[in-house]
Amino acid sequence: MKKLLTVLLGLMMILSLSACKKQEEPQVDPEPAPTDDVVVMNYGEYAAAELGSKVVIEAYVQAAQSYWNGAKLYLQDKDGAYFVYCDGKGEDINLSEEDYGKLVPSVDYSAGWTGLCDGTKVRVEGVKSEWSGEVEIAEATVTILEGEKWVAEAEDVTALLGSDELADHMNKKVKFSGLTVAASKDAEGNDVAFLYNWDGSGAEGSNNDLYFNVTNGEAPFTFVVESYLCYEGSEVYEAVKALNVGDTVDLEGFLYWYNGANPHITSVTVR
Amino acid sequence: MKKKLYCIISLILICISLCGCHGSKESSSFVLPESFDETKQYEITFWAKNDTNINQVNVYKKAIKDFEEIYPNITVSLKLYTDYSRIYNDVITNISTNTTPNVCITYPDHIATYMTGNDTVVCLDELLTDEDYGLGGSQVRFDSPEKDEVVDEFLNECIIKGKYYALPFMRSTEALYINKTYVDKLGYEIPDVVTWEWIFEVSEAATEKDPDGNYVVNGQKIMIPFIYKSTDNMMISMLKQLNAPYSEEDGTVLIFNDTTKEILYDIAKHTAKGAFSTFKISSYPANFLNAGQCIFAIDSTAGATWMGSKAPLLDIPKDQIVDFETIVRPIPQYDISDIKMISQGPSLCIFNKTDPQEVLASWLFAQYLLTNDVQIAYGMTEGYIPVTQKAHESAEYQNYLNREGEDDNIYYNIKIEASRLLLENTEHTFVTPVFNGSASLRDAAGSLIENTCKSVNRKETIDDAYFDALFEKLTSLYHLDQISAQRTKKDLGPLPPTSVALLGSLGAAWLLIGAYTIISYRKDKGIK
Repeated sequence: MKKLLTVLLGLMMILSLSACKKQEEPQVDPEPAPTDDVVVMNYGEYAAAELGSKVVIEAYVQAAQSYWNGAKLYLQDKDGAYFVYCDGKGEDINLSEEDYGKLVPSVDYSAGWTGLCDGTKVRVEGVKSEWSGEVEIAEATVTILEGEKWVAEAEDVTALLGSDELADHMNKKVKFSGLTVAASKDAEGNDVAFLYNWDGSGAEGSNNDLYFNVTNGEAPFTFVVESYLCYEGSEVYEAVKALNVGDTVDLEGFLYWYNGANPHITSVTVR
Repeated sequence: MKKKLYCIISLILICISLCGCHGSKESSSFVLPESFDETKQYEITFWAKNDTNINQVNVYKKAIKDFEEIYPNITVSLKLYTDYSRIYNDVITNISTNTTPNVCITYPDHIATYMTGNDTVVCLDELLTDEDYGLGGSQVRFDSPEKDEVVDEFLNECIIKGKYYALPFMRSTEALYINKTYVDKLGYEIPDVVTWEWIFEVSEAATEKDPDGNYVVNGQKIMIPFIYKSTDNMMISMLKQLNAPYSEEDGTVLIFNDTTKEILYDIAKHTAKGAFSTFKISSYPANFLNAGQCIFAIDSTAGATWMGSKAPLLDIPKDQIVDFETIVRPIPQYDISDIKMISQGPSLCIFNKTDPQEVLASWLFAQYLLTNDVQIAYGMTEGYIPVTQKAHESAEYQNYLNREGEDDNIYYNIKIEASRLLLENTEHTFVTPVFNGSASLRDAAGSLIENTCKSVNRKETIDDAYFDALFEKLTSLYHLDQISAQRTKKDLGPLPPTSVALLGSLGAAWLLIGAYTIISYRKDKGIK
């Protein structure tokens, strides 16, 4: 009797442990590899495609904003640049978080994080869209491709500031040389070199965007450190915080657009 | 003796085995201390949302400074956000590491998700009414409103599962901002309450172009007559106005119905004619309105300072602004005799901590945000309204309202008209049921409209099959089927074989233990 009871209790323990075991995830078929019958556009064909049309491109990931239910990617190939957008509110995820982790140096979004990448090649299938002037690929599916990586050299577009031609370089990695930091007005009307958020409504320690004005001797232009691309504590973020009105600077970043040129700056050097 | 020992060991083993199946250890519920310990220093964190509006940030900063002067042993650290979703995401991340803020601005929909953690969010039932530290309590060191001075409708929005888990902080609704100059030009008169039929009719009239491809009404190449900022609100409001199902209090998802289809067919029709678009597709309604490229912009009353050619806040170059007259109306209605508009706006929730004194310090700060000083100051930054009658009835707030139009800043007429819209229609506001998953359902409501508009723009076929597929896709994408599964047990299916075997062996073991005990007892007593 005692033996029977012991055996039964032992059996029960084993069963209870197995009942507590995490349920196996259902087997999911791996993402189908891109098939060769897809017609991939070159940059010229993409640029000529109508807004709202489906597009397929292949390019190299230059940078990525921190993952937010999908990815926002800065892509470029030898002919032009692209921005891939996922609205991050439950829409179809354009790239899994796991694959996203293969594109960026780290997914530890602590202070100082930047999304500058080493140029992994991806294929993007999506819809060419425009939002406040920014031409982007929305509703995209991003597939990582094997092969060599490529990082673009920043193209100097200083001479194009203020011209319509600048838009031809939208989303590219660009640089601006010899610009002068111009004053922004804070909430009290003081002249300052930068603002947390466009109107100064942010604060230190909140990872807000940094806005600052620069001039080439004519009208001032507003540049931004996009805080989901270069977090507070990163080299560029801290460099902008240290700027003074009148400083001469060389800048590097991605030529984002929001109702006009709105470069996302990733590097600042004070001369 | 040996037998008794076996029995005790068996019982302990059973208990351990059952405990092993339980989830993580529950944290303890908050128990209100008898008094606030003012000899100890407390540092609390406040995660606040502003509408990218420096005036709102300044109100927060002043509130913290004033509060710290009243309670020198409490320090409040402010973290600023401009997006509810980011706060939500950060809170979720920090729940797992027990690093939630003490107080944060949020939506009740989000709180329902925070509450899936054990005692993560402090229930406010006791705190609200405590004689000493409750609203208007005797030991509270500032002029706090009484519970019955908080607008009933707004306080009731903070009830989740029958208990208060939030305090309303500010309230807004949606407003229809109209370029009256263009409506006049099109030959229409604007009624006090517009209907959906009317707004789409005028919007279609505005799509007429001249031989050069310019829109007749504005002479420009761009005209999107009607832009809706929040399409989740649009769908929810339309369903509410038609008394059509959306969801039930217990989380039953009802949105995928024939009325929803009819609404989407109508929206598709007007989108195809170029009369309608959305924020996600086209960008901010205010930018198009102010550039003379939109006639009807629906956005929050909390966005009123961006609306109109004299708006104090602008997001487009001044040389793109067109001069026109702006007027404010309630959102379009199906039945103008039964107006329905959504109630929205930030609420405050308090997170539980191991030290109840720290929670009490958080509560005092949250309560301070309901004082007239804070409520009126914040209400003046946008088309928000304070959440207390105490503030509404104050001379200071009435003076603010009466000075409408004195300037294009503090007294900007569009902002104050937007505030009046909600003040005069509070009884016509509604909210949707809150449950774990209600935020996803809200997203799905918006996606129905966004997807339909995008498909129209891509000239896809819009028919019953399209909507059936869309309903199925969104159900899966937003895991709405899982909400239903959580709600009802009958869908769980049969017990897994291991569970059946476990329960069976438990029963058998108890039977045998019982039998063994009886037999032993009878043997000991010599009973046959």
